Amino acid sequence: MFNYYIKLAVLSIRRNPVLSALMVAAIAVGIGAFMTMLTLYHTMSGNPIWWKNDVLYVVGVDTWDPAQPYFEDRPELPPEQMTYRDAKALHESGIPTHKTYTFRVAGVIEPANKDVAPFIEMGRMATSDFFAMFDVPFEYGAAWDARADQTDEFVTVLSKETNDKVFAGENSVGQTIRIDSRDYTVVGVLDEWNPYPKFYDPTTGAFRDSEPFYLPAQLYETLQPQRGGSTNCWKMVNIADFDAFNNSECAWLQYWVQLDTPDQQARYRDFLSAYLQEQAELGRSARPNQILMATPAEWMEIQEVVGDDNRVLVGLSALFLIVCLLNTVGLLLAKFLGRAGEISVRRALGASRLQVFRQQLVECGCIGLLGGVFGLGLSALGLLAVKGMYRYDGRLMMDGEMLMVAFATAVLASIAAGLWPAWQICRVPPAGYLKTQ
Amino acid sequence: MLNMQNISKVYRTDLVQTYALRDFSLEVHEGEFVSVTGPSGSGKTTFLNIAGMLEDFDGGTYMLDGENVSKLSDNARSKIRNQKIGFIFQGFNLIPDLNLWDNVDVPLRYRGFKSEERGRRIKEALEMVGLGSRMKHLPSQLSGGQQQRVAIARAIAGSPRVIMADEPTGNLDSLMARQVMELLENINEAGTTIIMVTHDPELARRAHRNVHVMDGQVSDPAILQQPVRGRQAAVAEN
Repeated sequence: MFNYYIKLAVLSIRRNPVLSALMVAAIAVGIGAFMTMLTLYHTMSGNPIWWKNDVLYVVGVDTWDPAQPYFEDRPELPPEQMTYRDAKALHESGIPTHKTYTFRVAGVIEPANKDVAPFIEMGRMATSDFFAMFDVPFEYGAAWDARADQTDEFVTVLSKETNDKVFAGENSVGQTIRIDSRDYTVVGVLDEWNPYPKFYDPTTGAFRDSEPFYLPAQLYETLQPQRGGSTNCWKMVNIADFDAFNNSECAWLQYWVQLDTPDQQARYRDFLSAYLQEQAELGRSARPNQILMATPAEWMEIQEVVGDDNRVLVGLSALFLIVCLLNTVGLLLAKFLGRAGEISVRRALGASRLQVFRQQLVECGCIGLLGGVFGLGLSALGLLAVKGMYRYDGRLMMDGEMLMVAFATAVLASIAAGLWPAWQICRVPPAGYLKTQ
Repeated sequence: MLNMQNISKVYRTDLVQTYALRDFSLEVHEGEFVSVTGPSGSGKTTFLNIAGMLEDFDGGTYMLDGENVSKLSDNARSKIRNQKIGFIFQGFNLIPDLNLWDNVDVPLRYRGFKSEERGRRIKEALEMVGLGSRMKHLPSQLSGGQQQRVAIARAIAGSPRVIMADEPTGNLDSLMARQVMELLENINEAGTTIIMVTHDPELARRAHRNVHVMDGQVSDPAILQQPVRGRQAAVAEN
């Protein structure tokens, strides 16, 4: 009978194209608004490395101004980034399975192909563990080896996009690329990798694309590159003085560790406390109990990647969808009651109330499906508008899960909207309409 | 086949209550062709609606095919309508979006027949009413007489025990009406009981017997238990 109901639904939709279009439009507008906000929320609230959430930790130690906390509203938290001297010191620990300090740097890429103009990009410096601990996928080659973390080796890993641009997508491992007037040997090319939110460094924008090239952090002191992230200082420092800046209390690096066992986690926490204790004894402003060891999910929460306004917007868009559905209820009632004659004939010919009810709900589902399709189109436009309005330069599109949610919401919402009208029409006494048909 | 005893049907408003049927009793036997006549408002259509289980009644007993149908659920009533009763209406009541095939298919769908069985029945029914070549036509492409023949095909496709016809020729000219009447007679000769409400005395006379309804009651109680007779006898008597 389901196929039969589908056929009747299609006929009914075609019979009243204007009324049907109004209902589809009402649902599409509601779904469009709701899915735009839900997709925004879903993108922002996702954990792109959920499978390692219990072993990865962003690390922070509090060597901030003793006179005032870094976060006014959460004084128990250390700064969100780390000083260079602390990062270098912590990097000596052998407790973590993997560890990396990482930061953004600017670089001008000069393609060998003279047809491609040089372009400036914000790259990233990190230690080789960065790729292993974040499960970064490679299309060609691999990360640089541990030797490049110890001695200066001018090697680089390119993003897929950069490799496409500079090497036309071919395997460029072993080839040379010129960055900031210096030649680097390509050791690896990433596959598609754009974690959203950008959990490993939300400080420069949680929804920016990942970097187009990566260099060994070991080269930092040799290259003295132009840094590209945010820098927070609580003591005066001459930032033009490279050594002075590196030894300052300015926090500007992200520090991550992978601790696979509870024992590792406990020992590392103790290690951080001991380190801060030692720094305090050395006369630095250090609070031994102010340690940050946050999982990616906790880190996104602390960074307020998903703001309260996003949740409010999802709520408001859900209310708007309900208003659209209430409109649809009225239109469905008008449509169904306009068909009371036909329904009476069906009842006379043996259709039970339940069968009539089901027939109407299948029609509602079909209208919802159409509304969902057009709603997705409106949602795509909505997401474009959001990107434009908020200068959001990351990927903001529906994934498979959101598509499923959109269709399920559209169909279920339409069926819910059709419950009352369908109930009304299946209770119409047939005798009254058969004579007057 | 059909046995109504002291059926009453009351329509109530805040101010008045009107008896559409009052102590209405009638027995129709298997294979009979009964015409029901009476002036407008006498209760003919109400009787037919109750007989067809399209409407509830307030008092009395109604046995259909040996089963007391007075207190059945909606589902059970729908099943009986679908399996035992065929309806023919004055206004044809075809579904305008559906072609002839699909219109005849409607009761068979609710019956749960398989596709092949439905196809065979639809074809046979439409061929029987002379519309086998127009199965894909829409009702709007047919004359009134043809539409009523489609309605008859729809009524007989499920092989019902009884056909209830409410003014089946009321919207047709005399030639078409005669054709439709002949079809009904053929169906009755094949064994299907027919109860037909009509205003037309000539058509009423062609039934085995005529039941006259007046003020919600059968006007001649003697007719209640009249035995089944051959059509010739009935026609000769009238």
